Amino acid sequence: MKKITKPAELEELRKIIIDRRDPDKPSVAVCCGTGCLASGALEVVSSFEKILKEKNIDADLDTRITGCHGFCEQGPLMVIKPGNIFYCKVNQHDVEEIVEKTIMRGEIIERLLYVNPVTGEKIVREDEIPFYKKQYRLIFAYNGKLVPTEIDDYIELGGYSALRKVLEGISPAQVVAEVKASGLRGRGGGGFPTGIKWESCYNATDSPKYLICNADEGDPGCFQDGYLLEGNPHSVIEGMVIGAYAVGSKQGYIYVRNEYPLAIKNFGIAVEQARAYGLLGENIMGSGLSFDIRINKGGGAFVCGESSALIASIEGNVGEPRDKHTHATERGLWNKPTVLNNVKTWANIPIILNNGAEWFSRIGTETSKGTMIFSLTGKVNNTGLVEVPMGISLRDLVIDIGGGVPQGKKIKAVQTGGPSGGCIPEHLLDLPVDYEKLTEAGSMMGSGGMIVLDESSCMVDVAKYFLAFTQDESCGSCFSCREGITRMLEITDHITRGQSSLAELDLLQELAEVVKDASMCGLGQTCGNPVLSTIRYFEDEYRAHILEKKCPAGVCRELISFRIDQELCNGCRACLKKCPEEAIQGEKKESHNILQDLCTKCGICLETCKYDAVIKE
Amino acid sequence: MVNFTLNGLEVSVEKGTTLLEAADFYGIEIPTLCHDKGLSPYGACRLCLVEIGTPGRSRLVSSCTYQAREGLNVRTHSERVIKARKLLIEMYVALCPSSKVIQCLASKYHVTKVRFSPKHEDCILCGLCVRMCDEQMQAKAISFVNRGGRRLVSTPFAKKSEDCRLCGACIYICPACQTRCQGPQEENILCNACLNLEPPCLEKFEDVMCYMDPCVACELNTDKKPNK
Repeated sequence: MKKITKPAELEELRKIIIDRRDPDKPSVAVCCGTGCLASGALEVVSSFEKILKEKNIDADLDTRITGCHGFCEQGPLMVIKPGNIFYCKVNQHDVEEIVEKTIMRGEIIERLLYVNPVTGEKIVREDEIPFYKKQYRLIFAYNGKLVPTEIDDYIELGGYSALRKVLEGISPAQVVAEVKASGLRGRGGGGFPTGIKWESCYNATDSPKYLICNADEGDPGCFQDGYLLEGNPHSVIEGMVIGAYAVGSKQGYIYVRNEYPLAIKNFGIAVEQARAYGLLGENIMGSGLSFDIRINKGGGAFVCGESSALIASIEGNVGEPRDKHTHATERGLWNKPTVLNNVKTWANIPIILNNGAEWFSRIGTETSKGTMIFSLTGKVNNTGLVEVPMGISLRDLVIDIGGGVPQGKKIKAVQTGGPSGGCIPEHLLDLPVDYEKLTEAGSMMGSGGMIVLDESSCMVDVAKYFLAFTQDESCGSCFSCREGITRMLEITDHITRGQSSLAELDLLQELAEVVKDASMCGLGQTCGNPVLSTIRYFEDEYRAHILEKKCPAGVCRELISFRIDQELCNGCRACLKKCPEEAIQGEKKESHNILQDLCTKCGICLETCKYDAVIKE
Repeated sequence: MVNFTLNGLEVSVEKGTTLLEAADFYGIEIPTLCHDKGLSPYGACRLCLVEIGTPGRSRLVSSCTYQAREGLNVRTHSERVIKARKLLIEMYVALCPSSKVIQCLASKYHVTKVRFSPKHEDCILCGLCVRMCDEQMQAKAISFVNRGGRRLVSTPFAKKSEDCRLCGACIYICPACQTRCQGPQEENILCNACLNLEPPCLEKFEDVMCYMDPCVACELNTDKKPNK
């Protein structure tokens, strides 16, 4: 690889790459994001390679191992060119048929096409699928189009051109002003204006200055940062190099959790390749700018995603937050000025510089600009990663893109922001997604987690789940957080067991407010949100647990019971055989009974019975 | 010098002074469990919370770690502070009812009921012993281990430490070691033997005005709370 010594050489390199490649050559892009890997994408790839070799046509077809396409629900996915044919839920035994029919003869295999669950129609092209159609892909645009371990792919698609543009004649102050004018806000959850953060670091007199990319994504149900690093690591590198030029930094760090092995691997390869091309390291593109990135692997503590704990962890100390009375932009890593941004924030930078702040600020709402990637999970048909402009309504996100709730159940709430966020009830689904509106509704944007809850979810149980999570992940140094969460969990546990009182519910609310107010770091200051938002919107459910000793959703085991309807039961003995506790009695062809003392309320009998004779109360 | 407002008073302190030190200098008492003048501030007990900023846009910070800034508006005994402080003390009593220091705090801040089940722990994880051992005794024999609810103070791998000189400084500084007095309600989780009166002005004002009854606020007989 030849080093780029002048910004203009990047364009030459790009031309060489384009000339070398045949745009009409058929290709198969197999999604190898973590989700599809888990559904068997690697087996599909290896069986592709084997069959192509056997048929001796491996030179005529590109097999591309790409990053996540986003539609994880339907994985493993593949897109075949020409024609943009989209196949989903492919397994290794389908490969031979795909090669013979689709690739060699251009026929479409109906069985592998995506079926619209609403209309039942089969869809051939990727861009016609409703899940993709309504998205606005900006940072995620190239995920799935490029091979993350090939820097040439990124350059071919116009990568590093924003960096070239900056190095060719935009001053650092202009870059900072451009980012500020774009209205970009931190995508890690806090929503702090990125431009202002950069500006204060730019103005800081101390040196050296550091950049940090926060990829310690730990919210339950969140995976967009990891998949972005897996699928398009160069966009983050480019963003960081531009940031380094703007604020005057020489050293950057990426703090990525060890649970993302593929992200670490792909990012490491990307860093090596960028160095080889002279896009990272000493004298970048011959401009005199020197900047390098080190990869720091996190040890799996959720609290290390908090900026001050993350900095402590990079310094080699215990990952505990410290009081942030001085901003990291003044005294951060090793007490030097530091800019810490989320993966998605860094990936936005090249887009802003390429298209201009004015263009970028036209996307989104008054206060929240650009797009946001959400991990759509939970009780929703189309699980996956979706990128939408800020200001889209929750209803569009969950119903139109997400395809609604499976099995025709009713949607109850949408949980956003992970353990720091809250639940937004069904009647507020028209709420536009932006930083302020979500906060007003008692939740928050967070890092982009979005869990859909249907009528079979108990809201007290949801609050209890998140409390158990934060209790486990709190660093424990500050009393209000450590003991406050433990006590809140104790009270929610009482409620789900039907051993609580209304006075205790008041105490729970008071406790959640005080813990939010009194704690030191972001974890403690937001851990009360799941409790407060569920009490705010679903107080009747709490009261039903407390006063009637009933769990309306039928989730809390202590408050439900199973019985067998004597009329409907025909004595088939199916449930009796399946019951792990031998709690069901009855003779053949005579109606059965459940012995309540032995029943552990596992619900197996309910699932087993074909005659709807088992009733959950 | 840094000039700022402390409970309505215009005060000035040297640069780098924490709010806790400033309040102490001006004779305003702020309770703490994890602070000692000879040790570095830690901000863990959260009892020294004060409200900073103008009403409506204010927040609570730990005064032991927050340094005074020019023009800051600090309130050490506002309604919001007292509410948080009382609930924290209530949790402390439930956690460690055998400690005299905590029981005295409960009486002083008029915590007259404990709504949590008692735990009877020996340690409140204030970290005074850890910092004492490290900063004053230069031994570093003990430290925190684990995270969250499993956090505790221990020697490395819970083995007898060769660095420990058995000096006893950790026991000396521990706020949980001193047993509570044998008050009238010995069996009760809450001692309340020397109960003080709650400042009545909180019913009228957002900030505590004084500890006298009747106080100025009561004399004024104001019905409305200002600044709200």
